[in-house]
Amino acid sequence: MKAHLSRRYLFSASHRLHSDAMTDAENQATYGKCNNPFGHGHNYIIEVTLSGPVDEQTGMVCNLTDLDSFMEREVLARYDHENLNVLKEFAQEIPTTENLCIQIYEIVHRGFTHAHLEKVRLEETMMNSFEYAGGEAIH
Amino acid sequence: MVYLTRKAEFSASHFYHNPAFTPEENRRVFGKCNNPNGHGHNYTLEVTVKGEVNPRSGFVVDLKQLKDVMHHEVLDAMDHRFLNKEVPEFLHRIPTTENIAIAIWQRLTPKLAAAKLHRVRVYETPDLFVDFYGEP
Repeated sequence: MKAHLSRRYLFSASHRLHSDAMTDAENQATYGKCNNPFGHGHNYIIEVTLSGPVDEQTGMVCNLTDLDSFMEREVLARYDHENLNVLKEFAQEIPTTENLCIQIYEIVHRGFTHAHLEKVRLEETMMNSFEYAGGEAIH
Repeated sequence: MVYLTRKAEFSASHFYHNPAFTPEENRRVFGKCNNPNGHGHNYTLEVTVKGEVNPRSGFVVDLKQLKDVMHHEVLDAMDHRFLNKEVPEFLHRIPTTENIAIAIWQRLTPKLAAAKLHRVRVYETPDLFVDFYGEP
């Protein structure tokens, strides 16, 4: 039978929302205090949802040890305690939580093959969160 | 169609072991969850039902009835129990969060009359949960 497994991970990072294609006034109007030149930080929570048949032998959709080690190596090591703006991942795009959510989805989608990735949900604060399912609708 | 979710909590112990595996395989696949003395969790259960709003009562489902069914079918059987030894489903099936969600679905679905079961969500910890939608 098919089940959905969700796992949450915490990391902390800083960013500044600023577009070189906009004037200073436009940046200020668009991003408000997120445009502060020295940046600011968040405790982000990633919620990864995977689906698949529950294995008869193990009772699992996938082994959490595999998922945790993948997420640690490929996602948390990349973003945790970093300034997102200086990472190569954000050389060409603004480190909004929308873009970060899509990047994390793509990393898991490409690299984790033990179960089907349904979606990535990313909480920037307790008050706002973003979800991406590869462009598919989310139920 | 309106969806309604009711929460409950239960505490139970379990361990993961497949008798078809060698002891080494059991340790490799299940890690510290393979400790035969078991360990415990505070589980949170979320049951979501769906249905049309009854025009006379304004309800999708009588919450008292839903609460009673959850108590009789799930909490009475699983709360403060050693799942591997005391819950029939897990005498021969590993009580992973996945299998717990499936077992709860199978216990609840025949007992719900007016509303249809939509989702069973089981949190093993705040950072790990399983959703089961009754999919084959």
